[in-house]
Amino acid sequence: MTDTTAPARAGGMSWLGRLEGRLSWILLGLAGLALPLLDDSYIGTIAERAFIYWVLSAGLNLVVGYAGQIAIGWVSMLALGAYTTAALAAGRVGPEWNPYLALAAGGAIGAVFGVIVGLPALRLRTFYFAMTTLGFATIVTQVALAWKDVTGGGVGTPGPVFPWPFEPGWGFYYLCFILAALATWITANIGSSRYGRALVAIRDAEVAAEASGIAKPRILMLVFLLAGALGGVAGGLFASLQSYITPDAFTFEMSVLFFIAILIGGRGSILGPALGTILLTALPEFAAPLVQWSTFLYAALLLLIVLLVPGGIADLLDFKNRRPLTQHREIVPRIELLPRVLDQAEGGHAIELAAIALHFGGVRAIDGLDLEIHSGEVHGLIGPNGSGKTTTLNVISGYYAPSSGTLRLDGAPLPFEEPHARANHRIARTFQTPRLVGAASVLQNVMIGGTVHGEASFAEAMLSLPRHHRDERHLRQAAMLALATVGLESLANVRADRLQHSELRFMEIARALMLRPAFLLLDEPAAGLSTEEIRRLGALIKAISREGTGVLLVEHHADLIFDICDRVTVLNLGKVLAAGTPAEIRSHREVVSAYLGA
Amino acid sequence: MFESIVSYGLAVGAVYALIGITYNVMYSASRVFSFTAGMLGMLGGVLGALFINKWGFNAALGFVLVLACGAVLGLVTEVLTVRPVLKSIEQHLYVLSTLAFALMVQQVTAIEWGTEAQPFPVLIPIDASSPAGSIWGIVDQKFWLPVLACIVTIGGLEFLYRRTLIGRAFLAIAEDSYAARALGLPETQLRLASFALAGVIGTLAGFTGAQMLLAFFGNQSILNFYGFVPVALGGMGSNRGAVIGGLALGLFQQAANFLVGGIFAAVAVFAVFIAVLLLRPEGLAGAPAARRV
Repeated sequence: MTDTTAPARAGGMSWLGRLEGRLSWILLGLAGLALPLLDDSYIGTIAERAFIYWVLSAGLNLVVGYAGQIAIGWVSMLALGAYTTAALAAGRVGPEWNPYLALAAGGAIGAVFGVIVGLPALRLRTFYFAMTTLGFATIVTQVALAWKDVTGGGVGTPGPVFPWPFEPGWGFYYLCFILAALATWITANIGSSRYGRALVAIRDAEVAAEASGIAKPRILMLVFLLAGALGGVAGGLFASLQSYITPDAFTFEMSVLFFIAILIGGRGSILGPALGTILLTALPEFAAPLVQWSTFLYAALLLLIVLLVPGGIADLLDFKNRRPLTQHREIVPRIELLPRVLDQAEGGHAIELAAIALHFGGVRAIDGLDLEIHSGEVHGLIGPNGSGKTTTLNVISGYYAPSSGTLRLDGAPLPFEEPHARANHRIARTFQTPRLVGAASVLQNVMIGGTVHGEASFAEAMLSLPRHHRDERHLRQAAMLALATVGLESLANVRADRLQHSELRFMEIARALMLRPAFLLLDEPAAGLSTEEIRRLGALIKAISREGTGVLLVEHHADLIFDICDRVTVLNLGKVLAAGTPAEIRSHREVVSAYLGA
Repeated sequence: MFESIVSYGLAVGAVYALIGITYNVMYSASRVFSFTAGMLGMLGGVLGALFINKWGFNAALGFVLVLACGAVLGLVTEVLTVRPVLKSIEQHLYVLSTLAFALMVQQVTAIEWGTEAQPFPVLIPIDASSPAGSIWGIVDQKFWLPVLACIVTIGGLEFLYRRTLIGRAFLAIAEDSYAARALGLPETQLRLASFALAGVIGTLAGFTGAQMLLAFFGNQSILNFYGFVPVALGGMGSNRGAVIGGLALGLFQQAANFLVGGIFAAVAVFAVFIAVLLLRPEGLAGAPAARRV
């Protein structure tokens, strides 16, 4: 059993790397705690401002840095939280509230509107979401100006004053510090959990995320909720810091500051954006003549970053991933590990397609297709380009609704629903062009495939509760095992975008295996592989099917198909040209003339 | 009151429609939604007031100069913020690059021009006592100028796209840029031309609407959003949709302003915008598309 403990250790982060991460946070925390010793209220105010901005940016970082949603007007959440807290605490709406309760209410309002503003992001392309947040920021300002009873209009309204123990002065400083630390802790927990990986997968490889069972709407909602709440709380603190707020205090340009802090720090990092926020908040204070031009400089900086280093400073400093990899790497799958990866107790499943048709306008992509995939068998699907192979695969994995015909799983209809629902039926797939999260490690990419097996809720992950740790441990072990099985365990900690094409193909299979699939749909897995690699791939696929998984193999390599398939279906122009055993197909006259060639 | 809702609503609506067309012209050529649309609208007013009020140019010269500045800004936008990020359009970096550029221009405006809204000159001197003047003066020029600009623009674009070779080349690029390039169309030059054209249309919107909206740097974000709403309503790339959506938005907004107050108007517009995006993401007149796998 020594052979499996070794890869598990390689998957863990290096001891030094972990300390490096923690050390920076410990130093930052100590600096924050000790700052009042300076007894300089000017520096204290700058630090309070930085903490408050970070409370907002920490949440925004999950939206922007992790999920890749361009929320350019998140300053609206700051405004909402500020006005809610101020108005409630001042008794502009009903009786005067306790300022702490009012602050909580600010967070709640932020959460509600975070979700509302986020709604378009669930269905639409990024630009619409960017525009929605911009529009919302514009409208919040207009409403703040017009709704004089509550906001004081252009004249403004006084901010809340927090009573003991966080009274103005260093008391308030510690309130900001504690909340900033809390925001850091919960967003870092999310970031390193399966939810964080899912967000990054949505950002960089949305279809692969869906195929792995990640429900984009649900997880984005949760993140918008959290980011909105943090923005609202930051707003309440901001109102107190400003002591008097007017709509002018929440210019759209402030959003840029939050945004660049995240971009400078690098997408998918927590420490980077935190340092970025501190830096950008403090910088204008020490360069007084520049204050007037600060927004201009931020915008110029944003443009420079986008054009020159879209990956942020973190990418520039990522020396570890610039070390050369070993040349002439070989992928040696270890088929003997498969029983532990797949762990199939029962077999005997079947997917049946009967008279499936799919039309795109006038084009009949599939035109009355019958096909069955059984547990323990490799079913080959071949045919010329445009004959409907990938489309068939997309119908089975839920990306397209068939125009007519029935799709059944074990005799029960398999309805057309969101693609992510297919993972619950244990149907996994790979893609014609590998879909990967380039910036994440190979191990993390593979862990994404097991997302549905996690049990901890978003809240549990956020608070780093035991169930979350158990999930992580299990996912990591399973992913290392899957990587060892396909022969990539030595590359587990390498950035995925540094892999060769053939390695990516095997990585996708490892990711699909994480689902412990009853059915595995492979879309041209041999494309771009060498002859030797194809042979190993064939052995791996065959072994997977012998563990009880039903495999649908879309391929052009006739040799591979005839070597490992139990049954073959030949498509032409969306129709079945022939179906049968490899031997029957090989001698089928029409197939030979239409596709295989004499 | 009814007249003021209609005249003001149509005028503001025409400005929104023109900004929407500005978005569309840039989008058609590059698949990029550029945040410079609102910036162009804002500059149309500010530059006009600067040239005519501050520097004392006559209205016609000021008008031409403003549009020329718009064209130059369009070119700069393309070269600086669009071309470098086109190859990675899936990452939507253009959102940030165009936004950053627009903000830089806005900040320069705020610092050099000031953050107060300033009046815009009356462009066409009309003597209300003369017979001709009394006819023209029935409706204030600040109301009919944007509407006229909108009519001229949409007519000009229809002519360009349907009757001229270069216009058809624009359409070809918009429809399928790969195929158009394969046919030997100079995609880069056409894209540059489109951005220059968008610059002209955007500043035209701001210039003609500025007697109403004033020369104010803050118009940028307002126009960015309210100019995009017609695009979302009418479907991306559809200029007719943008005009109908823009006018409807202007009328709705003014009616709500007069009848139930500004808070409701702003909230209602936003609610309608979100609802349309969620229910008909392709716009009220668009067709869905996309193959992802």
